[in-house]
Amino acid sequence: MSSITLSPPRRRKRLMRYTKRDRAALSLMAGFPLLLSLAFVWLPALATVALSFFNWTGIGGLSDMKAAGLENYRIIFTIYPEFPPAIEHNLLWLVVFFVVPAPFGLYLAMQLNKQIRGSRIYQSILFLPVVLSLALVGFMTELVFSPTQGLVNNLTGHAGQNNLIDWLGNPSLNIWAVLIMAVWRQTGYVMILFLAGLKSVDPSLQEAASLDGANEWQAFRHVVWPALRPINIVVVVVTVIESLRAFDIVYIINQGTNGLQLLSTLITANIIGETSRIGFGSALATILLVISLAFVLPYVYITFRKDTRS
Amino acid sequence: MTSIKQATAPFGRRSLLKGALAAAGVAAMPSLAACSSSKSGGTEASDAVSFGCNAAVPEPKGAYQTLFTAAKAKTGLAVNVNWVDHNTFQQNITTYLQGNPQDVYTWFAGERMQYFAGQGLASNVNDVWNVIGGSYSDAMKAQSKGADGNYYFVPFDYYPWAVFYSKSLWASKGYSAPTTWDEYITLAGKMKTDGLIPLAFTDKDGWPAMGTFDYINMRMNGFEFHINLMRTGQGWNTPQVAAVFDQWKQLIPYYSPGFLGLTWQEGANQILNKQAGMMVLGLDQIGTIFTGSNADDLGFFPFPEINPTYAQDSVEAPIDGFMVCKSPKNSAGATKLLEYLGTAGAQQTWLGSNPADIATANGVDTAKYTQPQTAAIQLINSAKNLSQFMDRDTLPSFADPVMLPAIQQFLSSPNDVSSLLKNVDAQAKTIWATNG
Amino acid sequence: MTAATFTSRPSATEPDGTVARSHRHRAGPLRYLLHAFLIGTCVVWIAPVLYALYTSLRPYADTAKHGYVSVGGSYNLSNYTTAWNEADLPLYFKNSAIITIPALLITLWLASMVAFVVARHSFKINLLMLMIFTAGNLLPQQAIITPLYKLYITIPLPGWLSDSGHLDDSFLGLILIHVAFQTGFCVFVLSNFMRTIPDEVTEAARVDGASEWRQYRQIVLPLCRPALAALATLEFTWIYNDFFWATVLMQTGANRPITAALNNLTGQFFTDNNLISAASMIVAVPTLVVFFVLQRQFVSGLTLGASKG
Repeated sequence: MSSITLSPPRRRKRLMRYTKRDRAALSLMAGFPLLLSLAFVWLPALATVALSFFNWTGIGGLSDMKAAGLENYRIIFTIYPEFPPAIEHNLLWLVVFFVVPAPFGLYLAMQLNKQIRGSRIYQSILFLPVVLSLALVGFMTELVFSPTQGLVNNLTGHAGQNNLIDWLGNPSLNIWAVLIMAVWRQTGYVMILFLAGLKSVDPSLQEAASLDGANEWQAFRHVVWPALRPINIVVVVVTVIESLRAFDIVYIINQGTNGLQLLSTLITANIIGETSRIGFGSALATILLVISLAFVLPYVYITFRKDTRS
Repeated sequence: MTSIKQATAPFGRRSLLKGALAAAGVAAMPSLAACSSSKSGGTEASDAVSFGCNAAVPEPKGAYQTLFTAAKAKTGLAVNVNWVDHNTFQQNITTYLQGNPQDVYTWFAGERMQYFAGQGLASNVNDVWNVIGGSYSDAMKAQSKGADGNYYFVPFDYYPWAVFYSKSLWASKGYSAPTTWDEYITLAGKMKTDGLIPLAFTDKDGWPAMGTFDYINMRMNGFEFHINLMRTGQGWNTPQVAAVFDQWKQLIPYYSPGFLGLTWQEGANQILNKQAGMMVLGLDQIGTIFTGSNADDLGFFPFPEINPTYAQDSVEAPIDGFMVCKSPKNSAGATKLLEYLGTAGAQQTWLGSNPADIATANGVDTAKYTQPQTAAIQLINSAKNLSQFMDRDTLPSFADPVMLPAIQQFLSSPNDVSSLLKNVDAQAKTIWATNG
Repeated sequence: MTAATFTSRPSATEPDGTVARSHRHRAGPLRYLLHAFLIGTCVVWIAPVLYALYTSLRPYADTAKHGYVSVGGSYNLSNYTTAWNEADLPLYFKNSAIITIPALLITLWLASMVAFVVARHSFKINLLMLMIFTAGNLLPQQAIITPLYKLYITIPLPGWLSDSGHLDDSFLGLILIHVAFQTGFCVFVLSNFMRTIPDEVTEAARVDGASEWRQYRQIVLPLCRPALAALATLEFTWIYNDFFWATVLMQTGANRPITAALNNLTGQFFTDNNLISAASMIVAVPTLVVFFVLQRQFVSGLTLGASKG
């Protein structure tokens, strides 16, 4: 029976122990990507936050921007009717993504990790929705959910004039149709992440546990789940990011109108295209950024502090 | 009417496509070398003009290929094209015009044109109009000018919005076109008892409903009121506008079931497949459904009269055409090319067998037109005023972000008009205040 | 945290050679039930795709007449040939290759370097850097596009790198933004993975006199293969399927990637959905190929396991 040993706590490496070459190498290795990220992601992001306090059409330069203070935010929170449904939908998305694709993806990964026959085929099929392009997913949503032409309504007899279920046009229903397609996509994605993470869990640990008399659930709880810690962190953050950033499917169906409002579609509607309400759109983007940061940063901070200390 | 050169030998669709395939190889090459070599933007006497075209889709692309070949023959100018698909081109117009635009580019008339002209992203084309001005009606001229009175736009093709139907279906049921609102409603009722969907209506995409609003507003409150509302954003929370929505409510019971989930194509197919009786749509759209042998089955009548003062004097007819970027590399060439494109002959070449649009210049040989196209000319010629459609007549930051959801909201809950209009008005004020 | 050493896993055998208990008696009813469940799930999963495939084999006129939920009319590959010819797919595939492959490789390379620094050293700045990279991934693309576009039209490039003279409307510009945008996620995932590699491994190398760069290249990087493979699959898909950066930061239609080709089949108003469906199937092939090629890497192969005894 193999015993499980714990490694000694990580020794603190002091900078003095690095050679000059090493220090240069490390600086470059981290520095150049950092520069890239700061220049092309953070700089525009901070500029966006700054822009939210101005009114600008996007044409021309600094002189064409007119200061607006908190006006854009006032409009968003008081008279912009698309905003409350968007927040609601994003939060709904978050809840659904935590409740359905994350556990289901984990379950599928656990089963497929057992190296049963055909697991590679199963994996491929389950991962397939992730690789399909936006146009195709949008078309498939139409094919399945269109009130008159869709599979669901025609198979259940609801495509007639009198008993139509309007999956795409009814603002209370269509978010669920979209969430079904989103979960369909997200599950494969999460499954792949868990599969890669499960590779770090030695099966002999599970063997040991089951030899000790534990059933599958107990083995999972006490052996596998703790070992999945690193990948759990990734999945949590990914779930939050994907729900707050959700855009594609909704956009391709109806561009985020009529019951499918999301923060990202609102931003698009106001920044992209000829609309050019840059300040207003930036304010929406800032709100989205703040919400995302509020979820993710504390979580990452806490988990990594814990890990560094352990 | 002056006679014009006949169009070149009519191309069948097949050969147009073949031409597109052959030419696509050449045209698809990024042909900005000519542009980036000289940055002066002055008037060069070179023989190449760059062209930003929103018609990367095979069918209009083939038509443009034919057109540019004819242009080269007539003017000696080679046209180097940057092909982009329509929606992408439109979505990215702001970045396109500020980045690396071609000399000439496709665009639309209306507030959208005036907006970019006003922002200094286009050059005026007064020189072109000195040459082509004689072939255009006053309404066309009005739509081609910027707010400062200069010409910025050369119209090319356009199409009317009207109430469309299948002629064979109507013949079999013995319907006849209504001219007043009451007749319209009565006809709808009759169609319902006959088991049809009286009014095919689809608004998943959001924009089709705007056509109905525009027409009811123009019919009830007149063209001036409508255009003023569109251009200034003032007056949304008024009894006149509220009355428009009240009138609109009468139509909703006759609409296609589940209309908020249907695309315009599904609605048009309901007309084609004789499941629905009438549809308010543009010829440009429904003309692509009624093609080939079905083309002449498409009939239409002008949107019915509501207020006899205004009768049916306004027609919604969006115009597509061309503009020149603010610093063209070959300004003289661009002018020469546009002078050619503004002729009826060029437009006829482009139209070929396209049953969905009509030429803007006078003097087109209508023998090649389908029945709907000929009828469309008569409809537009008889109109006193031309509007461009809501999303072209009003500020872009108002049309889609505010009006589109507002109308959808109205269609979902038709009884909540007053709070809706109050909100629309409040938003309009903030938008015009910052975008004026 | 459990220590880990590295074992390859040819089969799950105990050290004494017997087949591990969990892998005996596996033809029980539970296993059949599992297969039934998996097959059922997969059928539901692949149904929309099969349906779209079915639709792509039908000409538009048939479905316009009979509706999509119908059997009948003709079935042929005409949509596929039309898509291939009219959408000019070879050109756009080439563009996609020019953009996606460098972006993918550079992203993984840069991210692994950062993850190496952050996860395997204890510099005070590490947490901040990690948070910078992770948080950079939070914003949707639309949120940063306007300042980014302004940045792009101001940064000049020599003529041989860009037709337009600027970062805007150039392949390099697109590659750069993909790298910058995707690096955050990869750093986050890879740093988590690298933390599970025990210190002893790199310690041993350091004692032997290996430089940081060699430790990274020859020890840590190969051990991350499953994570790198999983990330490569995901990143390839995302970069390849992106249409947003391409449409805003590249104005020359002929230089846009494959997603633009799909747009070129979409009319201003009218859309032949069956044609789009066929084109989308063709367009999806490279991502599927990448997945199949890389699947082995994160399914089997070198794994991290607990130390034995």
